[in-house]
Amino acid sequence: MRIASLVSRIFLVCTPLALILVIAAVLGLFLGTTYQSIADVLSAIVTKGRVDSTLATIVWRIRMPRVVLAILTGASLSLGGLVLQALLRNPLAEPYILGISGGSAVGAIAGMLLGFSQLQGVAFFSFAGSMAALLLILAITSGGMVMKKDSLILAGVMVNAFCGSIIIFLISLTQDRRVLNILFWLMGDLSMSSQTQVMVLAVLLIPCTVIIFLFAQPMNLLLMGEEMAGNMGLNVRRTSLVLLMTSSLMVSLTVCCTGLLGFVGLVTPHLLRLLLGPDHRVLVPACIFGGGAYLVFCDLLARILPAQGEMPVGVITAMIGAPLFMFLLWRSKR
Amino acid sequence: MKQAVVVQDLNILYGKLPILRNVTFSVTEGEYFIIIGPNGSGKTTLVKVISGFLKPHSGSVEIMGRPLVAITRRSLAHAVALVPQSPPMDVPFTVAEVVLMGRSPHLGLLSLEGREDMEIAEQSMRFTNVSHLARSRLDQLSAGERQRVLIARAVCQRAGIIVLDEPTASLDVAHQLHIMDLMEKLRTEQGITVIMVSHDLNLAAMYAGRILLLNHGNIAGIGAARDVIQAGLLEATYGCSLLVDQNPFREVPRVTPAPGEFAQPDSLHRKVFLKQD
Repeated sequence: MRIASLVSRIFLVCTPLALILVIAAVLGLFLGTTYQSIADVLSAIVTKGRVDSTLATIVWRIRMPRVVLAILTGASLSLGGLVLQALLRNPLAEPYILGISGGSAVGAIAGMLLGFSQLQGVAFFSFAGSMAALLLILAITSGGMVMKKDSLILAGVMVNAFCGSIIIFLISLTQDRRVLNILFWLMGDLSMSSQTQVMVLAVLLIPCTVIIFLFAQPMNLLLMGEEMAGNMGLNVRRTSLVLLMTSSLMVSLTVCCTGLLGFVGLVTPHLLRLLLGPDHRVLVPACIFGGGAYLVFCDLLARILPAQGEMPVGVITAMIGAPLFMFLLWRSKR
Repeated sequence: MKQAVVVQDLNILYGKLPILRNVTFSVTEGEYFIIIGPNGSGKTTLVKVISGFLKPHSGSVEIMGRPLVAITRRSLAHAVALVPQSPPMDVPFTVAEVVLMGRSPHLGLLSLEGREDMEIAEQSMRFTNVSHLARSRLDQLSAGERQRVLIARAVCQRAGIIVLDEPTASLDVAHQLHIMDLMEKLRTEQGITVIMVSHDLNLAAMYAGRILLLNHGNIAGIGAARDVIQAGLLEATYGCSLLVDQNPFREVPRVTPAPGEFAQPDSLHRKVFLKQD
C-alpha cells in the first residue's frame, strides 16, 4: 500500500488547474465584443496602456479588472461552498442557496445608503448582513452542526426570498444611483468594478484563503463527526466559528463587488471532489484555481453569447448550477 | 501499577436529569476494563467524559495522573483514542485516509504527514487486518470492516488508552470475537489500556479484567467477572430473569437470559430506581 505524499498530490492537482486558469484568463483578455488580432492585444498589454489607444484602455481598464474580479470571486465563492458543505455536513450547502449572499447584499446596500462609499466600509455592513443571515438559518434549524438536509435548505430558501424582497424594497426607496441597479444585485455581474476596487478585494481576500487552507485538515476531521474530531484534538466549536466567520467574510466581500452570483460554490467543489476525492488539503487549493477558472469561463460566455450587449454572469452560473442542485437533491433522496 | 483513569465523585446532568451520580472508580494501566449496564444507564455518557467530549458538573477525572480539566485537547488526543458508537459513515474518504487521520494530533500547522506517519498508519491497518481495503471508500464497506477501520484509526493515534463504545454491537459472532481478541492483543503486546462499553455480558465476562456495572447512573457493581456477573445483581439491574453458570471454555461465569414471563424491563427498572432514591 502506498500513500502518495500530500505535497506532491497538491502540486499535481494544482498545476493543471493553474494552467486552465491561465488559459481562461488569456481568453478573457483577448475575447470581447470588439474583435482584435492577438498581436494588437499583446502590444496593448505590453505597453501597459501607456500608449493612448482605445484598445489599451479596453484591455487594461475594463477586461483586466474584470478577469481578475472573476478569478477572485470564483475562488472565494467556491471556497465558501466548500467550507459550508464540510461544516454543515450537507452537500447542498452553498452561500447563495443558504441566503448568506442575500444577507451580504442587503448589508451592502444598507451600507451604501448610509453613506459609505469605499469598499471597506460597505464590506463591514455586508459582513454583518451575511452573519445575520447565517445566524438566522442556524437559529431556524435549531443550531448545532448536525442538521436535517431538508430543513437547512428550506430555511435557506426562505432567508434568500426575504433578502431578495428587502433588496428590492431598499432600492425602490432610494434615488442613490450607486445602488439603483436592481439587476446587478439580484443577478450578479462582473462589469461594475474598477481597478482599485479589485485591488482592495484581492488584498482582503488573500489572508482569508490562507486561514481556510490552514483549516483544511480540521475540515476533514469534522466530516468524521464532532465526537471523533474532538478526540483527534480539534476544538470543534472554535474551528467552526473561525471557518464560518472567514467564509462569510469572503462571500460578503465578493458580493459587494459582484452582487448575487448563485451556485458557484456548488458547482466547483462538487466537480473537484468528484475528480480529486474528499481531502480538503487538496480541495482548498484546487477550489481557488478551479473556481477562478470556472467563473472566468462563465463570464466569457456571458460576454460572447448574447446577440447584442452582454448578460449578467449570474444567468450563466445559475443555468449551470441549478440543474446540478436538482441532481444532487434527487441523488440524496435515493 | 499506575492508574490510567481515575474518576472521583463524578456527576453529570442533562438539564436537571442526573445521568451519572457520584461515580467513583479507577482503571489501571494495561487493564481490559468493560462497562456494562442497561440502556440509558450512563455508559456512553461516561465514555464521553473520559474522551473529553463532556465536562463533568462535579467531581474529577484524571487521565494518566493529570486532571482532565488541565489537559489540552491535543495532549488528551495523545492519551485517549476513541472509537465512537455511531460516527457518520457516509463520508467518501478512503480507508487509508481515515486511518491516517489518526495522526493529526501529532501533526504540525499544515497537517502534512511524514514517512513515519505513513508507516504507523500502515502498521495500524495491518494490525486490524484492513490493509487490503486501503483504497476502498469508507461508505462502501461492511459493518465489520468499518469497525476494524475505525479501530485502526484509533490505534494509529498511538494513545495509551483506547476507549470503545459498543464496538461489537452490529457484528456477527465471529467478528465480535475478532474485535475482542484484537483489543486483548493490543493490551498484551503494546500495554494499552482498553476501556470498552458492551451490551454483551458473556463477551464481557470472557475478556474483561474487571467489569463496571452501571444502573441509572450509579455503580451497581465493579470487579472481576465472577463478582459482577451474578444472577441476583444482574436481575435487579436489568429487570429480567436469567441464569448464571460456568462458561465451558474459561473460568468465568456465563449468562443465559430466561425468555418470556419476567421480561418486563421498564416496570422492574422503575421499582429499582425508586428504591434507590
